[in-house]
Formats: sequence, C-alpha cells, structure tokens
Amino acid sequence: MFGPAEYNIRNERTERLWRILFLVMTILLIIPVLVILATLIVKGGPALSWEFLFDDPKDGMTKGGIFPALVGTIWLVTVALLVSVPLGVAAALYLSEYAPDNLFTRAINLAIINLAGVPSIVHALFGVGAFVIFFGFGTSILSASLTLAIMTLPVVIVATKESLQAVPYAFREACWSMGATRWQTIRRVVLPNAVSGILTGIILEVSRTTGETAPIMFTGAAFFLPFLPEGIFDQTMALSLHLFVVSTQVPNVPEHLPYGVALVLIAMVLIMNSASIALRIYLRSLKKW
Amino acid sequence: MSQTASSITGQDGIAVETRSLNLWYGDFQALFDIDLKVRQGIITSLIGPSGCGKSTFLRSINRINERLGYVRITGGIHLLGHDIYAEGVNLSQLRKQVGMVFQRPNPLPISIRDNVLFAVEIHDEGGKKAGRANKEEIVEAALRRVLLWDSVKDRLNTKATTLSLEEQQKLCIARLLPVKPSILLMDEPCSALDPKGTEAVEEMIWELRGDYTILIVTHNMAQARRASEECIFMLMGKVVEHTATADMFVNPKDRRTADYIEGRYG
Repeated sequence: MFGPAEYNIRNERTERLWRILFLVMTILLIIPVLVILATLIVKGGPALSWEFLFDDPKDGMTKGGIFPALVGTIWLVTVALLVSVPLGVAAALYLSEYAPDNLFTRAINLAIINLAGVPSIVHALFGVGAFVIFFGFGTSILSASLTLAIMTLPVVIVATKESLQAVPYAFREACWSMGATRWQTIRRVVLPNAVSGILTGIILEVSRTTGETAPIMFTGAAFFLPFLPEGIFDQTMALSLHLFVVSTQVPNVPEHLPYGVALVLIAMVLIMNSASIALRIYLRSLKKW
Repeated sequence: MSQTASSITGQDGIAVETRSLNLWYGDFQALFDIDLKVRQGIITSLIGPSGCGKSTFLRSINRINERLGYVRITGGIHLLGHDIYAEGVNLSQLRKQVGMVFQRPNPLPISIRDNVLFAVEIHDEGGKKAGRANKEEIVEAALRRVLLWDSVKDRLNTKATTLSLEEQQKLCIARLLPVKPSILLMDEPCSALDPKGTEAVEEMIWELRGDYTILIVTHNMAQARRASEECIFMLMGKVVEHTATADMFVNPKDRRTADYIEGRYG
C-alpha cells in the first residue's frame, strides 16, 4: 500500500541527479583552493626559515629574506585601517541610525555599492592623482594607505551597516520610548550588540588590503629598498609587490623564492580570516536574545 | 515638564486631553477628530478592531510615531495641562513622564539590574547622582512594585532576555518606574503571554492603579472588562464611545459598540 508509485521512482531519480550535480559543483570549487595551497606548501615550504622572514633581500633579490616587505605590509595595512575604520564605522552609523530614508540617502548607498565595484587599478590611478600629486604626499606609505583605505571603505561600511541593522528594532524602540537619544541608544545598546559583525568586517578588510598590489605600486610601494620605513612619508617594500617583482622582474631568482613569498602572504591572510571567525564565534556566544 | 510626578496635577484630574486630533500616515488618515479626556490615576482601556487606530493614538501620546518621517498631525494633545506638540517640548522629558510598554516584551539585552536602571542612567548622565546603595534601593523598589523581586532577587546580574515572557513584560514595566512617570501607555501588554502570564501581569497592572494614569490597548474584551475602569471604543480612526467600563459592557449606547463587544466583528 505504501510502496512507491512509478512517479515516486522518477522523482527519486531526479532528486539523486540534482544532488550529485550540486555536490560535484562544490567539489570543483574547492579543488583550485586546495591545489594552490598544496603547490605553495610543496614549492615554497623549503624556502621558509627564520632568515627568510627576518633578513633583507640580497644579491639583486635572488637570495636573502623578505623582512622589509613584511614590515612594509604591516605598515600599509595598519595606516589604512586607522583611516578606513573610523571613517567607515561613522558613515555606517549615520546611514543606519540617523539618515532619513530619502533620495539623498539612497544616492549615497548606491555610490558606496558602486565604489566597491571600481577596479583596483582605477583606485591606484586615483591615488596617484589625489594623494601623490594633488595633496603632495609623494609616493609614500601615507599615499598608498589612503588609496587602500578608499578602496576598502565600502567593505567596512557595508559590513558595519549590516551588523547594525541586525540588532532588533525593538531594542531601539525600547530605548527611545524611555527618552534615550539616538547616541545614547547607539552607545548603550546598538554598538555593543553589533561589535562582533563590525570586527569581522574589519578583519576581512585587513586580509584584502594585505594582498592588494595595484593600488600601492604607483602610490608608495618600492621595487627594492635597502632600509625599513621610518614614518608614513617614507616609501616601503610590500609583500604583494615583492611577489610580483621576484616572479616577473628579476632574472635568476631561484624557484622556491616567489613561492615562499606567496606562502607567507597567504598564511597571513588565512591566519587573519581564522582569527575573524574565531572572534565572531566567541562574541556570538556572549549574546542571547 | 520638569516637575516631579507628584507635584503635577492636570486640570480637573485630566491626564490626557486631545482636541480634534487628526493623524495621517502619508495620504492615509488614521485618526479622525479625536476628542478625549482621559482621567488621571485610573486605568482606561482602548478597544476596537485591528487597524482602528488604537495603537496609533497611543503612540502619538509619547510622540514615538514621529520616527516615521511621513506622519502628519493636526489638533493637539495636552498632558497634565501642557501641550506636548508645543515648541520647546523636549522629547526626552516627555518620554520620562510617559512610559510605554510594548506588545512583545522588549527588555534590553543587558542584565536585569541594568534594565531597571537604564532610564535612571540616561536621564542622569551615567547615574552619577544616584549612589550605589541608592541604585540597589531603586532596583528593589521597582521590581517589588511589579511583583518580580522575589523571583529574580538572586539573579539580578543575569541577562534580562533569559527571563520568561511574563517576567520580561513585568520587567519592562518595572524599568519605567524609577524615573517616576505619571502616565503609562500599554500596547496590548499581554498578547504575547499565555493565560496564566496574562492573569499575573493584569493583576500587577491593577495594583499600579491610582499612582499612575494607565492607558491600555487590548484586543481582549474580557481583559478590558476585568482590568479597566473606563473604556474607549474606537472604529475606523474615530472614537465611538467613551464611558465607564461597567456601563459599556452592560449597556452600550452605540449600536456598533454593542456589535463589537458581542463579537459580531473584530
């Protein structure tokens, strides 16, 4: 009585087919990531050593380490963060908590989405025009970081806005109905509950900033510098540009060297992404509603 | 309105008075010429079918409606003899006088103690004036008033959102009391609760009578009948009848009131 009818059998066959198709797609998606990681570890692994991390490049960059590039990347990312986080969080707070829903606000939102779609080389050229030449910062960490900051602002704004809006409206209404101002509501209720999402957005931004090459190559990153930067008006080496240089611009580089640089770069990004996930899980476990 | 609750008395014991109040959401008119006098110190219930404007009316008394940019109002609302739409009215001070309880309990995701102290702190930057011992007293008094003290006194530091819905709603009322409001607006405060919770919260609201003017919106006829002294029946944005609750349920003057009370629509 409850045995399958003919159409049930047909349905089940279709069901299996789709299931397998989706599974294959997913696997296809993971394969490139695994292949890249495996290649980097196999070919770049032997290059890794303390000297590699903490030594200067030597012999026309065919030997030695990547220390100046590593330090330079940290400089670039830190300065970019110092600019983009306050700016992005403030903008997101305005858009989410204060702005009335009108044409102006919608135009701003649209502009932000479009900004996220601008190719990084265009940001680079903008950076040259605006920061290097117009503001006269020259090719420097400041110019490069500002360019990176502009490029990643949309990510920070969108991530922050989404986590602000994930805080239930009922909490805001409760606050306002007791006479709290917008700012009191934001500081006491909205921000504390949105902070995990905001942090996640920031860390994602960090990992993206770390890997960018185009925006910094005209604005502040140098081909080769025999010394470390001392301030934001210095030029600097950077891991991403260094990888480009040793892979394509310098003759007689041993094969393991560019792989080693790439491995360090990707490890930095992976570590930061994992930290972001761990942080998010921890902060989520704290809140209950 | 900077006086304390006890020192203000409206003219002739009227807490809320509206004069031909009209309200539009964009092009849609939600309230039509509302003329009401709500007496001070009693519980008045607002009844009527969904969409009749009960909640809208309630929400214009603490001006929380205005958040929505497209709300337009004509006519006036006077609280305790003061025009709340007059220039120079500070929304924060208004809402200190007029507490609101929502349909779904909405305690803040902070501790029970901090929920009770929230209003105190926002109205006294950081609660600097109230000392620590004083704050403990405030918390205890407010929670006792809503009959919640005994069940939460040992876990004041736990998050308010972990309480049962009934306890959450009681807490939502308790947190209004420390800043000494004179009017409490309640928008279907029991509709998210089970019958037992409803009874407990109703009983508690009844206990507050006398010290506060309470305006309570409800869908529940039995609740309006049990738990209010005067009753306002609204239909399609207009006030149809406003009398003593006992009279309305026994002897409604308007045919539409009678139909609604007997459940012919709603």
